[in-house]
Parts: sequence; C-alpha cells; structure tokens
Amino acid sequence: MAANEPMCESTTSNNSDSDVDSESLPSMPWFGMDIGGTLTKLVYFEPMDVEGEGNEEKETLRIIRKYLTGNVAYGKTGIRDVHLEMPDQVIGGRQGALHFIRFPTHEMQAFIDLAKVKNFSSLASAICATGGGAFKFEKDFQEQVNLQLHKYDELDCLIRGIHFIDRHNHSCECYYWARAGTTDSHLQNGHSASAQPSATHSDLNSPNHSRAVNGEATSQSGSSGATSSQSESNGPQHSQDKNAGSDTFGDGDWYKVPFDFRDPYPYLVVNIGSGVSILAVHSPTNYKRVSGTSLGGGTFLGLCCLLTGCQTFEEAVELASTGDNHKVDRLVQDIYGGDYGRFNLKGDLVASSFGHMMSQQRREEATREDLAKATLVTITNNIGSIARMCAATEKIERVVFVGNFLRVNTISMKLLAYAMDYWSQGVLKALFLEHEGYFGAMGCLIEYLKLGHPS
Amino acid sequence: MAHTNYARSIELPKEQIFRNLQNAKRFAIDIGGSLAKVAYSSDWQRRAPLVYDEPDSDGSIYNVAEKEETMVRLHFVKFETKYIGSCLDFILTNLIDSKEFMRDKIIKVTGGGAYKYKELITSKLGVQVDKEDEIECLICGCNFLLKNIPDEAFVYQRHGNPDYTFQGVDQDVFPYLLVNIGSGVSLVKVESDTKFERIGGTSTGGGTFWGLGCLLTQAKSFDDLLVLAEAGDHRSVDMLVRDIYGGAYNNMGLAADIIASSFGKATRIDGENFQKEDLVRSLLLCISNDIGQIAYLQARLHGLTKIYFGGYFIRGHPLTMHTIGFAINYWSKGEIKALFLRHEGYLGAVGAFLKGNEEQDAEKYSWGENLAGSSGLASPKSSYAHEGQIQHSIFDHGFDMLELDRLERPVLACPLLLDPSSYFPDTVDLMHDVDARTYWLKCFADSVDKNVQLAIKSQAEEPGVEERANKYKEKYLCKLRTLSVNPCAYGSLTVRSLLDTGSQCLAEFNFPDSYSQQKQQENEVALRQLPDHLKFLDALCGDTVNLALAKGLLAGNVFDWGAREVRELLETGQFSFLDAQKKLQDRPWLYDDFDAWSSRLGKDPPYRCAVIFCDNSGADIILGIMPFARHLLSIGTQVILCANSRPTLNDVTYSELVILVKRVAELCPRISDALASDRLVVMESGQGSPCLDLRFVDQDLVKAMQTRKADLIVLEGMGRAVHTNLHAAFACDALKVAVLKNRWLANRLGGEMFSVMFKFEKACKVSVSSNVT
Repeated sequence: MAANEPMCESTTSNNSDSDVDSESLPSMPWFGMDIGGTLTKLVYFEPMDVEGEGNEEKETLRIIRKYLTGNVAYGKTGIRDVHLEMPDQVIGGRQGALHFIRFPTHEMQAFIDLAKVKNFSSLASAICATGGGAFKFEKDFQEQVNLQLHKYDELDCLIRGIHFIDRHNHSCECYYWARAGTTDSHLQNGHSASAQPSATHSDLNSPNHSRAVNGEATSQSGSSGATSSQSESNGPQHSQDKNAGSDTFGDGDWYKVPFDFRDPYPYLVVNIGSGVSILAVHSPTNYKRVSGTSLGGGTFLGLCCLLTGCQTFEEAVELASTGDNHKVDRLVQDIYGGDYGRFNLKGDLVASSFGHMMSQQRREEATREDLAKATLVTITNNIGSIARMCAATEKIERVVFVGNFLRVNTISMKLLAYAMDYWSQGVLKALFLEHEGYFGAMGCLIEYLKLGHPS
Repeated sequence: MAHTNYARSIELPKEQIFRNLQNAKRFAIDIGGSLAKVAYSSDWQRRAPLVYDEPDSDGSIYNVAEKEETMVRLHFVKFETKYIGSCLDFILTNLIDSKEFMRDKIIKVTGGGAYKYKELITSKLGVQVDKEDEIECLICGCNFLLKNIPDEAFVYQRHGNPDYTFQGVDQDVFPYLLVNIGSGVSLVKVESDTKFERIGGTSTGGGTFWGLGCLLTQAKSFDDLLVLAEAGDHRSVDMLVRDIYGGAYNNMGLAADIIASSFGKATRIDGENFQKEDLVRSLLLCISNDIGQIAYLQARLHGLTKIYFGGYFIRGHPLTMHTIGFAINYWSKGEIKALFLRHEGYLGAVGAFLKGNEEQDAEKYSWGENLAGSSGLASPKSSYAHEGQIQHSIFDHGFDMLELDRLERPVLACPLLLDPSSYFPDTVDLMHDVDARTYWLKCFADSVDKNVQLAIKSQAEEPGVEERANKYKEKYLCKLRTLSVNPCAYGSLTVRSLLDTGSQCLAEFNFPDSYSQQKQQENEVALRQLPDHLKFLDALCGDTVNLALAKGLLAGNVFDWGAREVRELLETGQFSFLDAQKKLQDRPWLYDDFDAWSSRLGKDPPYRCAVIFCDNSGADIILGIMPFARHLLSIGTQVILCANSRPTLNDVTYSELVILVKRVAELCPRISDALASDRLVVMESGQGSPCLDLRFVDQDLVKAMQTRKADLIVLEGMGRAVHTNLHAAFACDALKVAVLKNRWLANRLGGEMFSVMFKFEKACKVSVSSNVT
C-alpha cells in the first residue's frame, strides 16, 4: 500500500487510494478507460476476494472475466498485456488484480456493437473514461448501449495513474537505461541530485532487480504485440542492441536500471501517444501542460505505413530494428567529411533527416527497413529535442517518457536516454515506466473510485 | 558545351542566370546539401551623365555628355548542388580571361559542401579555395542584408492588410535568433557582428521536406512539392484535435482544427489512397510547425524576441511563412516576432563574398539593391486558392533574384533625425492604402510613354535607342503589373519606391539622364533672370524680404517636370517664373507657418548652419533656393546645399550644382565670398531619388552636419517634403516647403492644385535615451 511507503511528500494528498472511503465506492465492475486518437487503453480491477459477495456481483464479474481473459471482447486487434498485470493489489479495501488491455480506437464502434449485443449495460451502468474519445464517443455509448460515460480530465488521470502505479509497483516501475562500458557517473549524478534516501538508492541500482515481479510473465501468445523486442526487455538485462554498431547513439550494451521514483518532484512527463503532450509536475496536485507536438507515435506509424506498406506499430518497429537510417538520413559527416568541430557537432549526428532521399538513386537503394528506422529516429529525436528545451525552460532535470509509442520500442528509449544525457552534458535524465501507455486509464479508474458512483 | 540536365532553376537562358559573368572579378560559393549559391562581383559598364565646365563653349553655362562608367555589381545565382560541375564549367568558359585569369585567385567557399567540393573547384577553375565557416558567413551575410537593404525583413500576416509588413532598417538589430533552414536547421543566437553562438538545431529541415516529399509523391523538385502542397488538404492525413475529441479540447485551450498528430490518419489500414497533394501539405505543415516551435523554445530559453529565418526552405512561400509565424505567435502569445527575409537563401553566399572582399580591400562600402534587377515575393492571393493550376505563377518571377550595386561612397543615417530607429521616410503606405495605390500605379503607368519619348529624345542620334527605350517600358510596366497583384512584392510600396524603380529601370537600359539637356537649358534661362531677381529682392525691406524669398522658393518649386499637369504648362515654353508666382495659392496657405518662420529669422542668434536639400533644376534652384540661401548667409548662417549624387527626373544633381553655384558666384559677390570663406558648401546627398530617405545619407554630408553643428534642415519639393518626410521628426528646426502639383494628392491633403505647404517645425525634444550624436 502506498500509505506504508516512506514519502517525503505529504501522504494525505489525494493521489493515493488510502483516502478512498470504501463505503462510498461504486459497485463492481471497476474499469478505467482512456480513449486516445489511435489506441484505447483499459484498466480493469478484478477482485479476488469475491467469496461472500452477492451472487449477482459474482456473476457479473465472472462474465467480465470470461471476456477479458478470453481475449474476444476486444476483437482481433485487442490485446491484454499480460506481462503488465499487477496481481495482489488492494484497492478500496478490495484485493485483486489489475489487468491492462488495449485496442485500436477505430475499433470503438465494434466494441460498442459488442457491448450492445452482450448487453453490457446489465453489468454496469457507467463507464469512466478519459482521453479525447471520452468526449467523442459519449453520445454513442449513451444512445447505443445505454451506458453513461463519466468523463475525467486526461492530464489529471495521467498524473494520478503515474503516482498510483509507481506506489504500487515502486521497486520496478521506473527505470532508466544505462550503457555498459561507459562510466555511468553522469547518470549517478543526475540520480543523486534528487532527494533520494541513499539506502534504497544503492539497493535499487542493482541491474538484476529490474522487473522482479513481472519478469516471469511472458508475452501473450497469439498477440501481435509479442515481438522479440518485448521479450528482450524481459530477458537478460544486458541486452545487445541489434544495431548498436551503426546507431547514432554509439556502441555499447544498454541495460535497464531501476530508479526510485518515490520523491520525483519536479519532473517532466512526456506522454507520447498519437501526438505528444509535455507536462511539468511540481507536486501531486501542481502540474501543467507546458508544450506538445503533433509529431508523435501517430506520425511514426502513419509515415511508416505510407513509406513501407506496413500495417501495425509492431511491424513498423520490427522493420526499424533491422534498418539503417544512415542510408536515408544525411549525417554531419556526409556534409563536412567529419565532425563540425567549431560548433561541437559530431560526425555521426543526423544533420538532415531523410536528407539523402532527394536523390533518385538513394531512394532506390533504401530498403523498407531503412525507411522505418529513419522515421523512428526522426520522430524520436524531435521529441527528445523538444523535451530537452522544455526541461531547460522549466528548470527540471528528470524527464519521464510514457505513452504507447515506447511499447516494444527499445530503440526509441535508448535514443532518448542517450540524447537527453548527451545534449545536456549529463544534467538531464530520461526515465521510463513499465506501464508505458496505461497511466491515463489507471488514473481514470482511481478518479472513478474516489468520486464514488451515483447509483 | 552540353548542359542538358540542368535543374529547372538554371534552365533559363544562361546569360539571364549568370548575368554579366564575363566581367566577373571575384567569386564566393556557398555549397549547401541541396543547393549551391554563387555570389560574384562584376564590373558593370554603364552610361553616366557627364557635366563639365568648359567656359569657352558657345555660351552654355556648362556642357553635358554621357560617359562610360564602371560600377561594381554583386550578382547571386543558385542551382542544385548536384549540377555544380557543369556550372563550374560554364563559369570557366564564359570568363573573358578564362582559366589564366583565375589562376592566382582565391575563392571563398562556405557551406557543408565546402569540404566535399574543394578539390573539384580547384581543379576546374584553377583557383585557390579558402574555406570559411558556414555559420560565421550566415551571420555576416544576415547582418549585411539587414543593414543595406531597408526592406529585407518582414513579418507575414495572412489576411493582414497588407499581408507583409516590412521592418525598415533596424538600428538595434541585436540580439536576435537566426534560424537557418537548409537541409537541416541551425539556430544561432547573435549578439553582435562578432559575437554569436550556435544554441541548437534540428535535423528536421528542408532536406526532410524534400526527401520525404519525394518518397511520398514521386515528385522531383522542391518547387514541385510546394506546388502540390498548395493544392492539398492536410485534414485527410493529419489527426486533428477534432478527430480525437469530437471538437475542441477546451481544458487545454486546444482548438478543434489544431493538428494533434501529423500523419495520424495515415495509419488507417483500410486501403485508403491518400492524395499526394494532401500528403505534401501535411508534411509542409508538420515541418514548418516543428521548426516554429523549436525556434520559439530556443528564443524563450535565451530571452530573444526576434527570430529571423534564413536558408532555402521558405522561399517566400506564404503557406510556410504563415505556419511558422503562427506557431511562434501561438506559443509565445505574440511576444516573439517571426521575421522572414526576402533573400533568405543568400546569407551564406553574401557572407563568404564579404569575407573575401574584406581581405582584398579594407574599405567599407555601402551597397544598394538594384530595384530593376530584384525579383518579387509571391502573391499571397494566389496561394490562398486551392486550385493547383495558378500556383505555378508564384514562382515564375524567381523569388530569389538579387543584385546589389556598390555605392561609390558610404552612406549613413542623417544625424539630424530625432530618432533614426523609429524614422520611416514614407508618408503613405501604398500596401495598406488601396485608393492611393490604385491612383499611383495608374499614374506611373500612364507616364511611361512620356518617359520613353524623353529617353529617346535624349539619345536621338543613337542606333537602337528605341528598342532600348521599349525594353525599359516593358520592364517597368511588368513591375507595375506585379505590384497591382501583390503590392508587397518588392518590399514596401510607396511613391518613393515607384519613382526609384522607374529611375533605376531607365538607368538599367542606359538612359542615365533623359533630362540633361532640358535641365541645362532651364538653368541657363534662370541664370539670366537671376541678376534682376536679386536686384528686386535687395530693394525690399523688413518682413517683405522674407515673404518674397518664401514665395520665390515656392514659385521655383512649381517648375517640376515630374508633375504631369505642370509638365503640360512647361511644354508650352511660355511659362515664366512670374507666371508661377501667380499660380500659387494666396495666403493663408494650406500649411502656413510663415509667420513663425519669419519671426524666428528676425531673432538672435541666427541659425548656425542650414542644410538645404534641393529639388529641381532651373528656376527652382537658381531663382528660389539661391536667393534664399544668400539671405541666410547674410544673416550669419552657414549653408550646406545638398543635391542628388545621381540624376533623376529634372532634379538638380551634385555635379550640376557645383557648376551652377560657381556661375551664381560670378554674378553675386555675396555668394562668391561665402564660397571662398567656406560658409557656403555644395555637397552630394548620396541619393538618386526625387524623394529623400534620410537613413542613407552620404557619409561626408553627415560629417559636415556634425562638425558645422547644423541646426536647421530645409526640405524642398513634393518628393522630399510630402511623399517623404512629411511626418519626420528632427532634433533641430525644420522647414518643409512644397507646392502641391498633383491635384489628386492636393485634394487628399485638403487643398487644391498649387496649394502651398510651408511647414516650420521647431526642434523636437530629444529624450536622453534616443539622443542622436
């Protein structure tokens, strides 16, 4: 429980579920839904302490469980991220497991149809939702399924969700990428600059500590999300980047290191969904959106679909993982023959993304993989660069990257880790969270429980 | 030589692209990732008027002729970097002295390609290649253009009236952020000519647009992509806030049509075929937005409020400028200004050229834009439209033509101005004032035939004179037509710019001074009348002298061949100085500060030094100005008579005035004494315009104003006191005198034809901060 954790911040803040009055809790089922531009994310709390409850609730939960674990309710393209499941959670006095599910937002109509056919409204009278779709689909839910959508602010949910999951998964939720063979001193400096208790600090720096809980979870078979990159993050900690030799962020083995996120303030959240929102968070209740960009995950996937004919995000990332962006991008050394010494620009930096592609011959030589990689590097670097400037403007050193763009996407994470460190001379630290894209949905569930249910 | 595969940008006749190449003296090349820019200076032979003093000639007060004059002109050419080899060949074969000429020369080369193409240049041209730092050249070029071209920088506001707002000459240009958008993007904070720092960059630049654009559409050239973008609708490709929220996201202040995810809709796998126009438009918006946002973030981080955009990405393209400007305005809530440059592509080439120039020639020169050779900016009107067909026209003028003429002498801001940084010469902004624009464009178009006649007459003996005159006509009318479509095409549109463009077009076709004989003849007539007029004035006493002098000044100013209605009077040959006096409006004049002026003249101490900017030849200078100056001299005021350095209309030129004053001195001992004792000096203004732009005044004149502590400025004539400087504030007393000889303008000012403007303004209070030294 979060309340038991050592915290520098006041524990009375309302980001914890400890102040949820179990008397006012809404009836089961408990869902949180985040309907984004591309993906809809669902968090479901499955109670395990149902003995002694009324039969009606039990039956409802049984049906829901059947749909969730049976992986049919969300169609062919829906996926439950089994490896992210959080068992043995106590929420609102109830014990149970948190499930994390996603499906493409363009399948929303299919979801609504199914809800109608299966008569979901008999199971629940309201669904709590955040994200743009909460507004966009409100009427559809109301009219077609007779389900009321409780709408919650997207950013409130995001922050609540980050805090909740981190509290409940603190030993392994937050991590950063470090590189073997290089001195990690700048990362350590960045780390110790935060007010961390030193005892946990050294403890958490053991690389093998990462993913202790979820490490044994395997990717769901049959899911298109199960890629080698995903299992890689569950495998050996010193994972070899497939393409390390030709990456702009240099050679070396990268590995994940847990980061104690219990006293994170202030920090920047860079939420990379279809687009990107950047928030400065100064306390559990004091945060604001400071910037954003339309070049996000949607741009990566959209361009990849157009350039390579790929169909899914996983496919796009997979293509990128074997591609070489140097065939597509023009590097500083392509222009200057080496470093641009006077202004400290290294030769292997990308000077012009897609800069080689104005040449017919180069276009013919570039493979789908190369194009996918270049797209990924372009989008990632651009986000990193905007995040860096926002961090400098806000005078914040910790930058937390979340959102489904990072799912199965170790290339981008490492690029971001490298870029934040390199361009800030070690001042900035890129942090990542295991539940990448689910914080909005999680926060939405928390908000829902906190506010209680009208019926 | 075979150059069959040139890019479109140099497919035009080569003599038009590499203008005057055979006389090239010095080269500099800026080789970018995709485009190469060549700057070269050439000796440019052209005719100039010659006024000389030959006393034994047949009774003429002086002689006029034309001479060949060599001037230095700076040319700029761009082409795709991949054609650099054939362009170097072309340069080589067209240089008069070929390879031998280049042998011991040094060429300055900058840009990324300086490294890559060094050997090629050395081997082709046989020159020594000196690499110059790219960013240093950019900054050097940017500062130079901002200083020398008054309308270089502008703010673009879509649907504004006008869409373009030119910035004039920014006296406090530093600090600023320069965002150079080449293949990639560099952001440089510039604090002075020598202090600058690269504070950031992004790889998402012009190369990304071009490269990705080619991949997405199979289009080949950058300009083709821009044309496609014009015709597209990005909403089918981009995911807007509306697509996610169903409307606006009010909590965050995000409007429904803001792009939430660029290309976000292209992820749909339902086999949708996207229009290439839509894809390119989405791409252009995406990259422009991104650059705008990154520029804003850096500007804010470094506390900069002005961002200039250079490189070769924007190309005056209204959609791009709108997007970048919108992003910066949106993020900064209007506190940071996005400024675009008319010659954004040539910053590096200008800088590299100047670096070479500095090493060869320590003298600091001033340069002026050749208005006859400049190309226009795109018309915002055509780019609003969504039909692809008409879009081609916006590039036809070649956005990037630039020629700079080296001025013989340096020019500086007039020290008598109250505040040079807020001074703007022109009275009416024709970009904004539609009525005035319509009137003046027609007025100038109507006068073209007359100018052609005069030009032919001035060189009647010459073979081919008519053809040249017609070329002038064609060129000038073409410019006027462009202006009627896009009034902002060539920088600020004013009566001054129209007059100057006309004069420079004439000079371009070797008609340097159509009025030279006319002026000579009128000067002779006026000079014959001067003794009697002086006698008449000397017989007057008391206040009547001042009034008679003022009326003389005004009557003289009636003799203006530039004014159509007056021209008709003058053409009769019967119009006398006395007739002119009768034409004048009776007192009280339209602007009548005569009493204040007269009373000031009666007081002690007299002015130390009066600076008089003269207008027309003939009666104006001889019967109006000379007696007026003579009187000032007699009460103890020194006089600086300023005349144009270069001819225009029938305005008296410096070389004519020197001789005229000598002739007057022969008739008048007071003038003779004043000349001998240096209390009367004749100086050149540094200008060649019927108007007066006090930001660019001859350096020696500026010095004289300072050392003689000038405390009175006299501006005479419509061009100098009405079309320009009507609202100019001076740190000393100012007398603005003119007769309104244009009925339309007179009516506009609330007067009639021949209404009189006699404005006497006391020195404006000088605040400490804007004190002029």
